[in-house]
Amino acid sequence: MSAVTPTTSARSSSRMAALVDWIDARFPMTRFMKEHASEYYAPKNFNFWYYFGSLAMFVLVVQIVTGIFLTMNYKPSAAEAFASVEYIMRDVEWGWLIRYLHSTGASAFFIVVYLHMFRGLMYGSYKNPRELVWIFGMLIYLCLMAEAFFGYLLPWGNMSYWGAQVIVSLFGAIPGIGESLVEWIRGDYYISDITLNRFFALHVVALPFALVFLVIAHIFALHEVGSNNPDGVEIKKLKGPDGHPVDGIPFHPYYTVKDLVGLIVFLAFFLAVVFFAPEMGGYFLEHANFDPANPLQTPEHIAPVWHFTPFYAILRAVPDKLLGVVLMGAAVLAFFFVPWLDRSKVKSIRYRGWIFKTFLFSFAVSFVALGYLGLQPATPVYTNAARFFGVIYFAFFFLMPWYTKIDPTKPTPERVTYHAH
Amino acid sequence: MSAEEQVDGGRRHFLLVATTVTGLAGAGMAAVPFLASWKPSARAQALGAPVEQDISKMEAGAVLKVTWRGQAIFIVRRTPQMLETLDSPELLRQLRDPESKESEQPEYAQNTARALRPEYLVLIGVCTHLGCAPLSRLNPGDAELGADWPGGFYCPCHGSKFDVSGRVFKDVPAPTNLKIPPYRFLTDTVVQIGVDAEVA
Repeated sequence: MSAVTPTTSARSSSRMAALVDWIDARFPMTRFMKEHASEYYAPKNFNFWYYFGSLAMFVLVVQIVTGIFLTMNYKPSAAEAFASVEYIMRDVEWGWLIRYLHSTGASAFFIVVYLHMFRGLMYGSYKNPRELVWIFGMLIYLCLMAEAFFGYLLPWGNMSYWGAQVIVSLFGAIPGIGESLVEWIRGDYYISDITLNRFFALHVVALPFALVFLVIAHIFALHEVGSNNPDGVEIKKLKGPDGHPVDGIPFHPYYTVKDLVGLIVFLAFFLAVVFFAPEMGGYFLEHANFDPANPLQTPEHIAPVWHFTPFYAILRAVPDKLLGVVLMGAAVLAFFFVPWLDRSKVKSIRYRGWIFKTFLFSFAVSFVALGYLGLQPATPVYTNAARFFGVIYFAFFFLMPWYTKIDPTKPTPERVTYHAH
Repeated sequence: MSAEEQVDGGRRHFLLVATTVTGLAGAGMAAVPFLASWKPSARAQALGAPVEQDISKMEAGAVLKVTWRGQAIFIVRRTPQMLETLDSPELLRQLRDPESKESEQPEYAQNTARALRPEYLVLIGVCTHLGCAPLSRLNPGDAELGADWPGGFYCPCHGSKFDVSGRVFKDVPAPTNLKIPPYRFLTDTVVQIGVDAEVA
């Protein structure tokens, strides 16, 4: 038993309650905690796939914290950037750990977000009434790509340099204004100190703000309509006498505890990479980036970091510069329209027919295949393979209004299917 | 009359639209300095000043790389054999834009040699596809590019190929010929890049 007597404990808890009351009269603290945690009712049948949302938030926090500490030693100038990264790696106490957490975190962010998006596609989490949840999510994804791109220039390695050169040049394909737009983005006639400095500002100030704002919007939109689940059942339709959904459980403590378990498993994998394979064989940190930027010498084999390669493979597969850029953009933007392309009455893959399952499976396979092909040199065989998978990729989106309509669906249940353990 | 009935809806609507438009115009004007601050600064423009290069020591077949505005400029002293091939029908058939109609170059370089003086080629060593640096593979039948390679430039990023005048081949990703910068000969042996030649 504790040494604290019941009277002092009661007194201190009543003091605590008074403090909470004092705050609540001035700031909606308790109401906010209830709305978004202890009285946010989430479906009780969440499975493995529902870890990735909270993991993405965790990785965002890791990136922000490690990013702040990297900024303390990094120098955003062409003359000093490369050396300052080496300084962080060699001389700053624990600098190597902070940088590897940040560089591995970038790849982990994309892995987690891709799985999170695939979950959404599987269970129809983008369908009415969750269109805005999906749109905010896609905006987060766009911001994330921009954030990764700007951040990749900062180490000022040779792959940083030429990756930025190639991606900035994409805007040059726009007829008429392309060339001057590229010059405006760079602020110079080539990727220079000026470009590095502004990319730094965007990477550490502008985009993190946008990301955090969009994450808040994503979660507010989600909590307004309620979470979807693997059965695609709207739990709000069936409420108990207490006014809460009978198939729902409070997010806190039930899902906060579940997500902690997921976090521990994630950290085991994540830290294994950070400590034992931070370069991941050249996929997370590319070998050519261990040479400083050289504006006169392109690395022999140039490929973006793995998380962009599905789109890069589509770009390369098109023999026309402008059309390649347009199709690459379309490959990203197509996701935005999914809530309206999908005409099925059924949300979850569990109750969809074989046609949808086939399309979704082929799409996932072609996304991974394009990602692989984008890392390879553009030989004729690989280019033709990229064209094949590119067609499947776009078929998933463009044929969606048709195949989701004729897909033989199964009847959906009234309640979530759930087996207590 | 109640307060409700005294509201002049038309006037409210006008004021709403007028203040919104004024506000947006003000916001638009306020954005100009921020957007314009992204343009090349005075220093960047000054650093982009013309550069001069002595070419008196170049042998036939030699390539010289100089930097202008941070970009590689290739100066090639072409051999008579190279110049002979420029008009060969067999080569022209393989080119996408043999007369440089779609490509960027000063007027005085819009010819098959793409040069002021055919012997000296001056071009920007930046691939017109996505801006990588092409490699000079001037000798025909290069080991890497195969026996039927006529000689020229090769971009390792996405496999674009150009002839010894920087003219792009068909069926490669680059859409146009390599760009020719403005340049002039100050003397017979000094070339200045960044200033147009005065052509009579």
